[in-house]
Amino acid sequence: MEQTQLKDKDFRPIQDFQGDAEKIAGESTSYWKDAWRRFKKNKLALAGIIVIILLGIMAFIGQPISGEDYRSNDLLSANQPPSADHWFGTDNLGRDIFARTWEGAKISLFIGLMAALLDLIIGIIWGSIAGFFGGKTDESMMRIADILYGVPYLLVVILLMVVMDQGLWTMIIAMTVTGWINMARIVRGQVMQLRAEEYVMAAKSLGAGNFRLLSKHLIPNTLGPILVTLTLTVPNAIFTEAFLSFLGLGVPAPLASWGTMTNDALGAFQYYPYQLFFPAFFICLTMLAFNVIGDGLRDALDPKERK
Amino acid sequence: MAKYLVKRIGFIIVSLFLIITITFFLMQAAPGGPFASERALPPAIEEQMNEAYGLNDPLHVQYFDYLLSAITFDFGPSFKYAGQEVTDIIKRSFPYSLILGLEAIFIALSIGVLLGVIAALKHNRFGDYTAMVIAVLGISVPSFIMATILQYIFSIQLSVLPVARFESFAHSILPAVALATTPLAFIARLMRSSMLEVLNSDYIKTAKSKGLSQRVVTYKHGIRNAILPVISYLGPLVVSILTGSFVIEKIFGIPGLGSEFVESVTNRDYTIIMGTTVFFSLLLLFSILIVDLIYGLVDPRIKVARSGGEK
Repeated sequence: MEQTQLKDKDFRPIQDFQGDAEKIAGESTSYWKDAWRRFKKNKLALAGIIVIILLGIMAFIGQPISGEDYRSNDLLSANQPPSADHWFGTDNLGRDIFARTWEGAKISLFIGLMAALLDLIIGIIWGSIAGFFGGKTDESMMRIADILYGVPYLLVVILLMVVMDQGLWTMIIAMTVTGWINMARIVRGQVMQLRAEEYVMAAKSLGAGNFRLLSKHLIPNTLGPILVTLTLTVPNAIFTEAFLSFLGLGVPAPLASWGTMTNDALGAFQYYPYQLFFPAFFICLTMLAFNVIGDGLRDALDPKERK
Repeated sequence: MAKYLVKRIGFIIVSLFLIITITFFLMQAAPGGPFASERALPPAIEEQMNEAYGLNDPLHVQYFDYLLSAITFDFGPSFKYAGQEVTDIIKRSFPYSLILGLEAIFIALSIGVLLGVIAALKHNRFGDYTAMVIAVLGISVPSFIMATILQYIFSIQLSVLPVARFESFAHSILPAVALATTPLAFIARLMRSSMLEVLNSDYIKTAKSKGLSQRVVTYKHGIRNAILPVISYLGPLVVSILTGSFVIEKIFGIPGLGSEFVESVTNRDYTIIMGTTVFFSLLLLFSILIVDLIYGLVDPRIKVARSGGEK
């Protein structure tokens, strides 16, 4: 092999070493900006968000634009197929299904979001305390959660619905009684993991109290998994509402929810399949939208999990 | 091992005790007495009925009576159907639910695993997308909607399968499929991600470089290791099948335990509600225990005794 001969002229000083070399070309991106950039690439999840926004808007303007009231019945025009007057047809009491569908959207979305929010609050408090203090506190708090977790979720909800008066809030509370456990477990796991990080120790040595540590340093850093769980709680709550209404334990009569509408339509669905189609379709669409958003968020927030 | 079993069974007993206690007091707190929905009874007769069912005793006496009889698996007579014992009702209706449930578990496991494996092997290709679209749809369509769709297509339009009742194998196909939909989709997603992880691991590369055929690598090395998360999903699977049976049995008119429970809820038949709740919980706690034991057997890396606290 031939040796390369180096001469003096091959060497020259690098010009202006301090110049641009250490400059960061791009703008610095935060965790959330980075996640949003990844999320935007997921067309399906974006479509899910658009669907949810549209459903939310329709929940409020759907009834006014149809000009029908979801409660008013007109037995003379019962069981009509979709037409120019009644865009989605009418049900067995002559109530306009289009108006009822959007009233149902309001209730389903409200229950879904409310149940998720309550789960979030209780779950974060319970989980972060258990995870942060550890030891005996953690042991006993998680034991309680374990026992509650041992009973099927829907069984508990049904039992509570039997005991309490039927109503919107009863349903939300019944769902929350066991619903928070999942969230608490996730928050606890995250907090336990983060507790040992150096930045927590740094904050501690600067004199941060427990409350400050939790609220400023630990919980904000668990937001990713919390957000994903939250998005997946919503379709679960919507499903539970439909499930309970389907069993006749749903919201009481004048109110319309997708579950009660499905239940009402079931009796005659051989003859009037459209009565079943609309509420069933929107239940599926909403659950689908939240599920793809949840999947998209998980992929975006946790690049390690990305497949 | 023995110590672990004792610990777990102890935990089950504590859970059951709490469940019995909570359901008992919940039912006490429920509005209206058990005879409230009947025709108005003369006070003397109502008094006599309360006496006969032991409803006049002080609460703590009723509670201990109930606790004692629950241990011997005696939940007393039904409030609604005179002369029927809760235990008899459970004995009569449970076999239907058991058959249906086992069939649904079989469908969910076999097709779910199959879809997941196909998706992983055809990663980011057509097969993957098809399987995952099926999975997302399966998660998003609630079982009771799935049930009516199936009834509409296969019984009403095509009339190839019976629409309701539970008399032969053909009767059980539609309810079992409807019951299996959601867990099937979960299993498919679980299997896909764990299979992808396994297929990227070093021992798969080793197996391939030894010159083993794709089939041997997939079956002997891939699926065997990738199936572990699916086994740990068996517990939630039993829960999902069990609660799913409430609506599915109602839609298909199957006289199983699920529809019995729903009926007792509508009838406010408190002894049946309590009896079935305790039975369901017992069933569930034991199936979770069995799943944990199987898990330890299948994956020798997991020491059953140590994984006791964690699930």
